[in-house]
Amino acid sequence: MKKKIVVIGNGMVGHYYVDKLLQSDLELDITVIGAEPRPAYDRVHLSEFFSGKKPEDLALTSRDYYIENGVNAFFGDPVTDINTEKKSITTNGGMSFEYDQLVFATGSYAFIPPIPGNDLPNCMAYRTIDDLGEIKASAKESKVGVVVGGGLLGLECANALMNLGLETHVVEFAPGLMNAQLDEDGSRMLRKKIEALGVRVHTSKSTKQISKGDECRLKMTFAEGDVLETDMIVYSAGIRPYDQLAKSAGLTVGERGGIVIDYHCRASNKDIFAIGECALWAGRTLGLVAPGYRMADIAVSQLTGEAQSFKGADMSTKLKLLGVDVGSIGDSLGNTEGSLRYVYSDACNYIYKSLVVNEDGNKLLGAALVGDCAEYDSLLQYYLNGIDLPEHPDDLILPQRDGSAPVGLGVDALPDTAQICSCNNVSKADLVAAVDSGSHTLGELKSCTKAGTTCGGCSVMVGQILNSELEKRGVEVNTDVCEHFPYTRQDLYMIVRSEQIRNFSDLVSRHGTGLGCDVCKPLVASILASCWNEYILKDEHAPLLDTNDHFLANMQKNGTYSIVPRVPGGEITPDKLIVIGEVAKKYNLYTKITGGQRIDLFGARIDQLPPIWEELVNAGFESGHAYAKSLRTVKSCVGSTWCRFGVQDSVKMAIDLENRYKGLRAPHKFKMAVSGCTRECAEAQSKDVGIIATEKGWNLYVCGNGGMKPRHADLFASDLDDETLIRYIDRFYMFYIRTGDKLQRTSTWMDNLEGGLKYLQEVIINDRLGICGELEKEMALIVNTFHCEWKSTVDDPEKMKRFRHFINSDKKDNKVVFVQERDQIRPASKDEQLEYAETA
Amino acid sequence: MNAINKSLDTTLWHEVCQMDDLIDDVGVCVLVDDVQIALFRVSGNDEIYAINNFDPFSNANVLSRGICGDLKGQVVIASPIYKQHFNLKTGQCLEDETVILPTYSVRIVDASVQLANN
Repeated sequence: MKKKIVVIGNGMVGHYYVDKLLQSDLELDITVIGAEPRPAYDRVHLSEFFSGKKPEDLALTSRDYYIENGVNAFFGDPVTDINTEKKSITTNGGMSFEYDQLVFATGSYAFIPPIPGNDLPNCMAYRTIDDLGEIKASAKESKVGVVVGGGLLGLECANALMNLGLETHVVEFAPGLMNAQLDEDGSRMLRKKIEALGVRVHTSKSTKQISKGDECRLKMTFAEGDVLETDMIVYSAGIRPYDQLAKSAGLTVGERGGIVIDYHCRASNKDIFAIGECALWAGRTLGLVAPGYRMADIAVSQLTGEAQSFKGADMSTKLKLLGVDVGSIGDSLGNTEGSLRYVYSDACNYIYKSLVVNEDGNKLLGAALVGDCAEYDSLLQYYLNGIDLPEHPDDLILPQRDGSAPVGLGVDALPDTAQICSCNNVSKADLVAAVDSGSHTLGELKSCTKAGTTCGGCSVMVGQILNSELEKRGVEVNTDVCEHFPYTRQDLYMIVRSEQIRNFSDLVSRHGTGLGCDVCKPLVASILASCWNEYILKDEHAPLLDTNDHFLANMQKNGTYSIVPRVPGGEITPDKLIVIGEVAKKYNLYTKITGGQRIDLFGARIDQLPPIWEELVNAGFESGHAYAKSLRTVKSCVGSTWCRFGVQDSVKMAIDLENRYKGLRAPHKFKMAVSGCTRECAEAQSKDVGIIATEKGWNLYVCGNGGMKPRHADLFASDLDDETLIRYIDRFYMFYIRTGDKLQRTSTWMDNLEGGLKYLQEVIINDRLGICGELEKEMALIVNTFHCEWKSTVDDPEKMKRFRHFINSDKKDNKVVFVQERDQIRPASKDEQLEYAETA
Repeated sequence: MNAINKSLDTTLWHEVCQMDDLIDDVGVCVLVDDVQIALFRVSGNDEIYAINNFDPFSNANVLSRGICGDLKGQVVIASPIYKQHFNLKTGQCLEDETVILPTYSVRIVDASVQLANN
């Protein structure tokens, strides 16, 4: 008979446990009972619910998954009773199940401080998806919000309230923020930094009462008698293990909560286990997901017969709170007896770093980092692997100003067992093995090992290991664009600029060989256009172009073309709409609205392009460059002009930006969007450059992508005025054009830039490379020399002559055949073409 | 492969256009007895090439709109749709040895371009 396993709780750890059971060879009868109304979801990324993620985006599993795998799963019906004699449980709804083995994965709940009035309306916890729904709803009616608790979660919650547009306060009982991870000075630096960001911080505050407010909905009264008015209060003052059920079943629980477990994760009854945040191991509860997963592994190993022991878990963390990098490793507070501390503090830039070392000064015990986590990965490796510190350990945290390389830990010094990616538990040895079996690019290595694919924090180190391993194997990575040029795209770009090369034949005679090909020709055409912005159909450039650029339209599968007139910002007059409609009707074109807020006209024969564009140009349309590796559109929401919620005129900004960057050639196409408020209706965070209006200006996001590999854009700079915004975007694009690889979108470009977002910010905001002046000048040239390619073409009879299928006949291409579908044309299938040929 | 004409009807030379009608390294398409032929004047070696305009991979008449160049010593045209390469002299597809497109002889008489079966 199959062993009956009952799992109480379906959070991240509970689900992980069931998944591990399913992956094992065990024949089991598994029952899962979750108290929340939905199956397990990703609580680590819970705050993304505020930036628009839906519960289903956060879901880790589904009811269907359990059904398909033969697991009996029930949600929203909590277990109320356990009979350890009969080995059975009963739910609130009266269901009853027997077990051979019972597993508690009940997790924890938000601690609500026992303050009179803590249950008034608009007071809520920050813990579950339902909580977040309530917070979102309450924030809509609020101007001011208070977070009670200045720990990790509290600050994450404060970030959410800020993004919801509230005046945000953090009230902390202890004297400092993040007391568990940061020493006093580090905590003070963090406070200064987040205050500079606009969050009001109140520490050493004991709330005595919450009551109805005078100005706002609520009023908090503190021990000293001072008060704070607010419209809503969110508690994030720590978590408590869900252990009441275990207690009533007679299991031993800790004094301050938590189901006591042994090294095998077994509770005080031999048939019952506890894993995750509800468990008390060696006198501690562990509130991170990684140790919870390890406990689940241990509990599964007791069933598979290869019983392992839980030996604790590394609680080091690195994260971004309100855009501030914060890292904590090991004994960051220096509690170890005899430990010594190195400190670096930079109050101008809100940077604080401290190292805790042993008495002999040769081993790292812990570290705290605020404002700059660049050294986190190296330090963590020193800590986890007990690597000997260099002669002067402070070199590890002191800034390098004389141009010398940072003293980070060389990857070669790491032992094979060193864990590089902690999210996916990938060691250096795993990476080396993957390189051996053929992963020779960063992308391949990541997808093969999963390293760097969750939080991405280790990407730089993964790249370093890759390069070092390739070097050791004598693998020379060929980055030449093709057989005609022994250079990368970036090299060619710099050659064209520095030698002022104006055409392909000059470039190939000076630096290449042969005739060129369909790889290097379009690439060089793009570089020439990025640098000098000449008319692309000039005789010396025309042979370089892909057919799309050559005919200024997009070739479709049957050899006809589609046409996209520019509609800046998606704003269009009725008259212009009518022109598009009339043109489409006259030439019998298939019309479709695009995702970029414009209209695509399909099915034009090559000889129809000139008359169509003559009509469009006369009506005031310009080329939409849908055929080019250049700016597509700047999508916008309707903005403050019409929308009740808009805080800036997003449409005007979008039109201005589209007119500024239209026609700019780049390594690949790029897209933009402008949203008029934080609701983000223009979906700017999925664009290469996204802009979201704030009360004070614009937030700039970069390197997002929809398409094949979706990636949310990263916040690059906040509350910019119009001028600064445009300056940063000018620099950003020109830097991308200068350093991007061929056909590399901005998202992969940034992922492959050593130092990633932070480096980009250094270059573009702080001008670390001293090139911003050049970049702006280069952009100014492009903007000032803009000309509509279709207008130039329509005005040039010689060029118009190229748009013919046959140069010696006016006949049409007999392979272009259309059939009707849903009242419009579509290309005929192969069979339909044959049928047509027979009847014709 | 398809019900498309590939062969010119006689061994005669057909006048298709004037040298002035060609632009270096940019293809054009001519129609000869219902056969579509792509013509290229390649500037690097001053040769004129003629190859059938039909791209069997996309089932469309488009090769005249591809980019020409050379790969490993062969003068080639790349299909503008799925990017296969064809040797302009022999018609051999570089990616699929079973595909060979018809090519044609070219001669210049005074300034007129003439084609015939190979």
